[in-house]
Amino acid sequence: MSGIQESIIIRTVVRIMVPFIALFALYVIIHGASGPGGGFQGGVIFGAAIILYAMIYGIEDGKKIISDKVNRILSSTGLVLYAGTGLLCMVFGGKFLQYNAVPLFPNPAETAAILMDVVEVGIGITVLAVMVSLFFDISPPETEDDEMFPEEVEQ
Amino acid sequence: MTGFEIIINNLPVLTVVIPLIAGFLTTITGWIDRRLCWYWVMLTMFVVVLITSSNLLTVINSGTIYYHLGGWMPPFGIEYVIDLLNGFVCLIIAFIGLMVAIYSKESVKKELPGKTIPFYSIFLLLITGLMGMTITGDIFNFYVFLEISSLTAYALIAMGDRGDGLVASFNYLIMGTVAASFILLGIGYLYAVTGTLNMADMQNILPDIYGSKVVLAALAFFMAGFSIKIGLFPLHAWLPDAYTHAPSTASALIAGLMTKVGAYAMIRFMFSVFTPAFVIDMTRTAEILTWAAALAIIMGSVFAIAQSDIKRMLAYSSISQIGYILLGVGLVNVIGMQGGLLHILNHAFMKCALFLVAGAIFYRTGIRNIYQFQGLGKKMPVTTLVFLIAALSMIGVPGTVGFTSKWYLALGSIEAGQWIFVLVILASSLLNVAYFWRIFDNIWFGNPHEKEHIKRDEAPLTMLVPMVILAFLCIFFGFFAYYPLHYILEPLSNTLLGIMP
Repeated sequence: MSGIQESIIIRTVVRIMVPFIALFALYVIIHGASGPGGGFQGGVIFGAAIILYAMIYGIEDGKKIISDKVNRILSSTGLVLYAGTGLLCMVFGGKFLQYNAVPLFPNPAETAAILMDVVEVGIGITVLAVMVSLFFDISPPETEDDEMFPEEVEQ
Repeated sequence: MTGFEIIINNLPVLTVVIPLIAGFLTTITGWIDRRLCWYWVMLTMFVVVLITSSNLLTVINSGTIYYHLGGWMPPFGIEYVIDLLNGFVCLIIAFIGLMVAIYSKESVKKELPGKTIPFYSIFLLLITGLMGMTITGDIFNFYVFLEISSLTAYALIAMGDRGDGLVASFNYLIMGTVAASFILLGIGYLYAVTGTLNMADMQNILPDIYGSKVVLAALAFFMAGFSIKIGLFPLHAWLPDAYTHAPSTASALIAGLMTKVGAYAMIRFMFSVFTPAFVIDMTRTAEILTWAAALAIIMGSVFAIAQSDIKRMLAYSSISQIGYILLGVGLVNVIGMQGGLLHILNHAFMKCALFLVAGAIFYRTGIRNIYQFQGLGKKMPVTTLVFLIAALSMIGVPGTVGFTSKWYLALGSIEAGQWIFVLVILASSLLNVAYFWRIFDNIWFGNPHEKEHIKRDEAPLTMLVPMVILAFLCIFFGFFAYYPLHYILEPLSNTLLGIMP
């Protein structure tokens, strides 16, 4: 465990900030259909929240939040959500991703907005999972090595 | 609407969406049971073959298919267009994909232990990328799929030989990124001057501004970018290492498909984004292309002779073969064009079969050096027979597909008045004989070092079946080349060159 990770200030700030970053990420995702933002940006922010937590509290604790298995399922789920929406439009006789074909609400624009959000959420989930799994994959294993080579972890 | 109608109406997009979803679901399939992955990928590829054949039949019977994603009309939305050219290429991609998928079972188990799930997942994503590149009618969408296919190819190659695979993949990554940047710049330039990303719309707008330097620069960028992507001769440096060090199955897939789709893209950009008049008369791109192709044909074969690693030899032979395709395209007459396009089909079959054979030999014996092949003819008779057929086809012996395309290319060269290309084709065939003969010599006539009786030790059935099918098709289309030529390639060549039959 390095100096930064032991600092009580940083640990406390991170603990308080992570939920707010995640909330902001959700805002960006949902906002994406009608303004700047979207699934990709929101997913990256959400992923950054988890990565920040894992950097300060350790990879092991980070993996307790979102394990490799969960990551794998999430990265598929997001895409299936996206493509599933597209296929749903096809089932109701539209083209792929032709939102207004789905008779969800009387106003087609409203349906399109809702389904667009579903697509954005799908993108967000996949981006989040891939970001976090990339971070876990390239981070050095955090086991007994830490005690054996403290200087290596320092840098 | 019934379920059947829904599927029929949406076949163009399903061609891309099915391998995409299946690719991601592979991780879940593998999580249930690792062995299910193979069945899953085979099932997916089989469905994709059915879809692409249906697309091609529809195009032959009732003309070009247009599909507007999200119901947005072009030029505003993304449009998928299937005409004879990409219907044909899509079917080749799907078919070769299916063959390699069947083959992969034992090979992946042995060469990539513990990487089964990522391998199959990336395999399907590579197919998605290639399909998307081929089927789309929107040049930015094209670029996105180009990146998907490139990234997955880097990953597949990096899984190969420990160390060497990573270096080869990194070299390819650098070269591929340079190529993709060129293509992206070209797309950006064209978008800046035309304000559209739809290929058909762009083709209508461009003729008014052909004098513009921006358009010329865009053409140059496209040609440079695609030349790197397909490994045209002086820009081929990434190709031999990438093909040599990739896992056997990945080599077969990438060698069989990647450069072919690159050649398709080059044809598409030359004749469907720009117009034939522009590339033939105004800039003489086509003529330059024929000379570059002729150089590639000769140099690829010469380099192939110097190799002792079978996969590296086949890689250099690919450089030479891609020259044939571009030579046919660059001749810009109907016969030459047919030869070039037919060679896309032929080369996919032949090169895929040869790489599969190399993989099977490596699987059984662990040998890749062709001077250690002595006695293989007795040990693996079927595998070596497949090798013989595919190699004869590569040389261009009558009765095999290779002969037909070389014949058309030679006729096309004569029609274009370029006798020197006939000489190039003949010389290259002789060089092909030279480098394949060394292997035949070792396989059937070489004396094994150890005198004891050689036991028959054939490759597993899942490997033999796709190899035998491909070898059979090499001969089948050698006798029945009339069907693809008459129904697909002749009308296609006329359309591409803007000739009304």
